[in-house]
Amino acid sequence: MKIRYLVISLIILSVASIFLGVSNVSILDMFSLTADQKQVLLVSRVPRLASILIAGMSMSICGLIMQQLSRNKFVSPTTAGTLDAAKLGILVSIMIFTSASPLQKMAISFLFALAGTFVFMKILDHVKFKDAVFIPLVGLMFGNIIGSISSFIGYRYDLIQNMASWMLGDFSMVISGRYELMYVSIPLLIIAYLYANKFTIAGMGEDFSKNLGLNYRTVVNIGLIIVALITAAVVLSVGVIPFLGLIIPNIVTIYQGDHLKKSLLHTALLGANFVLVCDIIGRIIIYPYEIPISLTVGVIGSAIFIYLLLRRKKYGL
Amino acid sequence: MGYKKKTLILAIIAIVCMALFIFYDLHGNIGYILPRRILKLLAIVITGGGIAFATVIFMTITNNRILTPSVMGLDSLYLLIQTMIVFVFGSKSLIMTDSKINYLVSLVAMILFALVLFRLLFKGEKNNIYFLLLIGMIMGTFFSSFTSFMQVLIDPNEFMIAQDKMFASINNVNSSLVYLSLVVVAIVVIYFIRFYKYLDVIALGKDEAINLGVPYDFVVKRLLIVVTVLISVATALIGPITFLGLLVVNLAYQFMRTFRHSYIIACSILISIIALVGGQFIVEKVFVFQATVGTIINFVGGIYFLYLLLKENQSW
Repeated sequence: MKIRYLVISLIILSVASIFLGVSNVSILDMFSLTADQKQVLLVSRVPRLASILIAGMSMSICGLIMQQLSRNKFVSPTTAGTLDAAKLGILVSIMIFTSASPLQKMAISFLFALAGTFVFMKILDHVKFKDAVFIPLVGLMFGNIIGSISSFIGYRYDLIQNMASWMLGDFSMVISGRYELMYVSIPLLIIAYLYANKFTIAGMGEDFSKNLGLNYRTVVNIGLIIVALITAAVVLSVGVIPFLGLIIPNIVTIYQGDHLKKSLLHTALLGANFVLVCDIIGRIIIYPYEIPISLTVGVIGSAIFIYLLLRRKKYGL
Repeated sequence: MGYKKKTLILAIIAIVCMALFIFYDLHGNIGYILPRRILKLLAIVITGGGIAFATVIFMTITNNRILTPSVMGLDSLYLLIQTMIVFVFGSKSLIMTDSKINYLVSLVAMILFALVLFRLLFKGEKNNIYFLLLIGMIMGTFFSSFTSFMQVLIDPNEFMIAQDKMFASINNVNSSLVYLSLVVVAIVVIYFIRFYKYLDVIALGKDEAINLGVPYDFVVKRLLIVVTVLISVATALIGPITFLGLLVVNLAYQFMRTFRHSYIIACSILISIIALVGGQFIVEKVFVFQATVGTIINFVGGIYFLYLLLKENQSW
């Protein structure tokens, strides 16, 4: 797959996404927009598209960075407890500061996500059994534990249904004024790109990378901070999108190999494409209502993931 | 201290706990209170015993002490079924109000799911047990995203009824269900007896067990079915308690310091009963029903699990 094709399909899908929806805005009206149509475009459609693109790109890159650093193809924010830790962070921030601003929520959720990811990396050091399939299993267990702490708190304060609603990944609530936090991801993605070569070297192991003169600890920490920040921003403004960081990097690896600098751009583009497709499907199926993105990605993503697992010997994952 | 002595001590503590649970603060209409308390206790013993027993077998099969049977996705499936029933039929439908039908539907669905999972994965040659678990867990994630989708759509009043089913609770068990569960557990245990002798050998690892003449695949498949049925019964009876097994079996290993299954199984079951009876007691007296046993045990069990994983100079 060439980058060219990914870009072309992304543009086509983006245009489709902008002109798809309940209130009628057709592409022919572009040059003679009524006030209403302009409003719809600026307040709802364009922010939605922007958040989809950012979420798709950044969550896929998160997965790629985590896989590189942990040297396991099945580690991602979903399978390492990062998502669950970010959730717990949001819950705690709501409990402590009843009227927390998005920025405060983001900060606390970021701290939790970071702590969760570090603990997971620490656990990995203790696991003697480095079976490729065993590590994500431990990570999912770890995520469940953090989840059980959240539900303990949630049950005490009758927040379970409330929690379910903001944790559900859903782009329909994205309107201008409520998603701007996601732009945090863009500078982070640029940093990730600049550090790509160092991540690739770090992925060769601690001893090897130290031999090559790399400050291993710093590089790993920078990687984890990027992952935690992006995860917190996305969970807070959109909700949980499962499996994204897991399947996209693996598909790219199959045809592109492990050189991060080369595969980074592919991963970002494919991730954005994938989320856009899932979002459009979710909006079409029960039109004029819509199915939340976490469900469409969850269904399609788990099917793809199981397929990848079954074929992993063939692809050398 | 000998193993027998340790087991005896645990048994005494368990009996004291049970007696306390039944006789503490017993006044008023004894003819009404006593049978209800005994029923609750029976439900606790079935669930606690069943989960502990199943987890010991499961850890032996997987050769690992940080995995519990719930990683197969059974808990998530149970939550999905309960939410779906409220979502599709409403909280006042027969299937939600009649706990017997609800119990049977959940039980059958969970066992069927596990059987299909085993069937699919043992068909090929790659019967790596971790692989099976990972697939189960992914199905679990999938079930939970479906569940949370429906939870958002449910009317908040209806949701409170679904929520009651979602958290393990011993406050309102139905008597006929307790007896039914007892029968199912008894049948499974009788079926299990002929595989009992293999457990100590399987704990050595797959290759060693095969070398020593254990029909490994045959036994493991049947043991997995035993585990599934026990966990499904416990979950359908009082609700999901994900980390109970993990907590009690690890405590049992730490307390007994042996790998002989006769002691470990007995000891885990006793600790499990102590934990659940004690937990229920705390729920009733300290939290005054503001929390459920399930959430408390998951909380404690989860933290203990983290401690296990992060303990220095130990690797898994």
